[in-house]
Amino acid sequence: MDVMLALALQGGQMCGVLLLAPLLLGFTRRLKARLLRRRGPPLLQPYRDLLKLVRKQVVLADNASWLFRGAPYVIFAATWVAAALVPTFAIGLTFSWIGDMIAVIALLGTARFLLALAGMDVGTSFGGIGSSREMLFASLAEPAMIMIVFTVALVAGSTQLSFVASFMHDNVSLRVSLGLAVAALAIVALAENARIPVDNPATHLELTMVHEAMVLEYGGRHLAMIELAAALKLLLYVSLVACIFLPWGLAATGSGAAAYAIGAALYLGKLAAGGFFMVLFETSIAKMRVFRVPQFLAAALMLGLLGTLLLFVSRSF
Amino acid sequence: MQGGIALWGVAVLLASAGVAALIASHRWARHVGYGLCLGACLGLMLASGHYLVLAPAPQSLHLPVGLPWTGAYFRLDPLAAYFLLVVNLGGAGASLFAIGYGRNEPQPARVLPFYPLFLAAMNLVVLADDAFGFLLAWELMSLASWALVVAHHHDPDNLRAGYIYILMASFGTLALLLAFGVLAASSGGYSFAEMRSASPAAPGLILLLALVGAGSKAGLVPLHVWLPLAHPAAPSHVSALMSGVMTKVAVYGFMRMVFDLNGAPAWWWSVLVITLAGISSLLGVLGALMQHDLKRLLAYHTVENIGIIFLGLGLALAFSAHALPAPAALALSAALFHVFNHSLFKSLLFFGSGAVLGATGERDMERLGGLIGRMPLTAFAFLTGAMAISALPPLNGFVSEWLTLQAILISPQLPSWALKLIVPAAGAMLALSAALAAACFVKAFGVTFLGRPRTAAAAAARETDRASLTAMLAAALLCLMAGVLPGPCLDALAPVVEALTGARMPPQSWLTALSLVPVAESRSSYNGLLVFVFVAAGTLLSIAVVYCVGSRAVRRGPAWDCGFPLVSPLSQYSADSFAQPIRRVFGRVVFQAREHVEMPPPGDARPARLTVTLKDLVWDGLYAPLAAGVVIAAERLNHLQFLTIRQYLSLVFVALVGLLLAVSIWT
Repeated sequence: MDVMLALALQGGQMCGVLLLAPLLLGFTRRLKARLLRRRGPPLLQPYRDLLKLVRKQVVLADNASWLFRGAPYVIFAATWVAAALVPTFAIGLTFSWIGDMIAVIALLGTARFLLALAGMDVGTSFGGIGSSREMLFASLAEPAMIMIVFTVALVAGSTQLSFVASFMHDNVSLRVSLGLAVAALAIVALAENARIPVDNPATHLELTMVHEAMVLEYGGRHLAMIELAAALKLLLYVSLVACIFLPWGLAATGSGAAAYAIGAALYLGKLAAGGFFMVLFETSIAKMRVFRVPQFLAAALMLGLLGTLLLFVSRSF
Repeated sequence: MQGGIALWGVAVLLASAGVAALIASHRWARHVGYGLCLGACLGLMLASGHYLVLAPAPQSLHLPVGLPWTGAYFRLDPLAAYFLLVVNLGGAGASLFAIGYGRNEPQPARVLPFYPLFLAAMNLVVLADDAFGFLLAWELMSLASWALVVAHHHDPDNLRAGYIYILMASFGTLALLLAFGVLAASSGGYSFAEMRSASPAAPGLILLLALVGAGSKAGLVPLHVWLPLAHPAAPSHVSALMSGVMTKVAVYGFMRMVFDLNGAPAWWWSVLVITLAGISSLLGVLGALMQHDLKRLLAYHTVENIGIIFLGLGLALAFSAHALPAPAALALSAALFHVFNHSLFKSLLFFGSGAVLGATGERDMERLGGLIGRMPLTAFAFLTGAMAISALPPLNGFVSEWLTLQAILISPQLPSWALKLIVPAAGAMLALSAALAAACFVKAFGVTFLGRPRTAAAAAARETDRASLTAMLAAALLCLMAGVLPGPCLDALAPVVEALTGARMPPQSWLTALSLVPVAESRSSYNGLLVFVFVAAGTLLSIAVVYCVGSRAVRRGPAWDCGFPLVSPLSQYSADSFAQPIRRVFGRVVFQAREHVEMPPPGDARPARLTVTLKDLVWDGLYAPLAAGVVIAAERLNHLQFLTIRQYLSLVFVALVGLLLAVSIWT
């Protein structure tokens, strides 16, 4: 019975992130439109878009290869597994131990690697420019993320997210290193999700764009998979910030139904708050030139490195 | 028993060198020659694997060959058995690949006899148990590989590569000779058993000499300059051996001297090793990003991966110096597992580049493209290798990097201040180099295999032969297996690590269903098998759902061209344009990269030109002045050749008096 319950909770986590991801996207779009004094699309619009895309015929370029056709599914699956590894409403789920924070980052790296390759598959300049810039940003964002992981793991004594969350919950303290880490994580999250000021998720056919240039050749069900993966990635980063820095309300293993319900409700609140602050920042800042972005990301890397160095010097920072 | 079998295997390799020299001109020579090598390598692999699994006491053998008053000592212990396994796994793969790839060789007599000799020499380095035999085998390894590097000696670039290689190899051997001299001075004998029992007089000096000697062979910055020249110059199966295997023999040499023969480590050793390792990993990958020659790009990545291996070794030295055996075992396991992984995926990638070279005659990525359609299996195998070397789960490169990162996370326990500052910096460099490696392999795979063919040769490529494909797909499968089931691999490493550090990682195999656990009290874990299963299941599930719910229709059409017809395939992103943003961000300092745009005035029909200049700071700052100094000194000393007999005699007399004075003052 316990096993069944545990598996059901794990399944709930996996389906939950999948179902909530487009909702978060719809929420941020709606909120952003409201802040710009527009009416904005309905909350459920991303679901309709996905359904529409899935039902459409796929138009492939003449020379598109098997990699181009297969990549969207692997990208989606890798992102989904990564998103399901981050605690959302509960910690210590059945399969939470199969990967730690480093594995989550690396799974996102696998997805990005395949996406960048798919961008180069057709052999147009748009795909190339998108892939090249995406890999440039990733080459700074990923080490910055590893440094953030170092900082958090040195404080908590583990890279396992469930453990980190319960440690942070039990040992609430203001630390310089964690302050640096949260600033760095915010920068990385903006860059990784192709948000303003790094990239603009709303543009098409503009030379400064990165993510959208890479997926320009995709359509139909393939594009649906990639869009869903992008939505999952946004959800993942908000959950990551929430579970490390706001670990309250996460249900522990073996707690009652009420705890899980509270955890789920609080998680929805955290998602809304995360989306709100992201949109607020986005509307108050302009997009950067491409070659300013490496400086922005290098700042995140340096913040993460500084946090790690402080912890190497003394555990009390 | 396994030691005896191993020596017989080496004897077969040496004999097949002779056979190959005799039959090299025949059409079937490559089948016989490489077939014999394949058999010998498989035999050696089985013997060493059997020894590792059983892990009995070390086996010593004494043969009455070599120096008359000592003879030759051989020994099979866990460390030697592990490296024997790595060497012969790579050797077997390269031999299988060469059975097919050898058909592209215009002059087989220049390659075939030296290839088994090279394999035999690498095996002998690992098996040797005395300084004389070790150095002899080491030098044989250098000479045989040099002969293979200059096999195509009509190309002046290859000749220059061979010249620089033989100079650096001789310099490295000199350093090792001196290191063994210092070791033998305190033990009084040349056998490793005597050196092991004595405590050396100057352990720090031995470390420095071993680092220079083995590091120059492995390709540690700043001793790496020969490596990106020599490795690509050789035929591709030899490049695979040199990059995948010979650098590992160098790592073995370093480990044997520093962890086994030398005394207890001091804390500053690890500072030196970790610094060099961090710089190597970063400079290696940045160097690779600037290349558009596929094989040279892979050679630069060897520098990077050697950096990652030495980072693990340096951390192990640091933990050992501060008497922390369990973390030392973790760091050493990470380094040794990366040795295995790198030999697998680097061989695989060189095989892939060889298959491309054989099919198109091109090494320059700017003249390739679109090969995924023409060579789908090669592309698949190369993609697996590219993902493995970029440290992406669920492949094997990620596991060893994950273990190295876990070792770094334990290192705040280290009390010394220099290490507290250097280890996080090296960790950042490791993370940076892993991310840049992914960028570099998106470039390498994307430009070579994806897009539209840039030349007629690339458009007419055909899938490579069955033997080469078997070798590549087997290596790709092993990359996946080692990534999905790292636990059994690490358990097999336990006797090696235990012999060198006195501790081992906790037993992995069946603990919590194949999850990796770095140290017993750690709460971190990674399970490659389940990650792989989940990703694979997620992929299949999403395909099934999409095909059930949505449309299955596919229509082919031309790519979206923004209204301008797609003109030339040369308008695609090239290797240089892919790396341009990264060159702007990192290259301005590291390579002094400067871009110069020459734009003709309006009305002028000449094309605009973009010129990029890159400088190799290590070469310009270290080797060029050294070479200039040698030339100046040689010109000055040239006068000594034209003296009279009286002047020569007086020189001899002065030298004798000087030496006698020196001896009398010394004693």
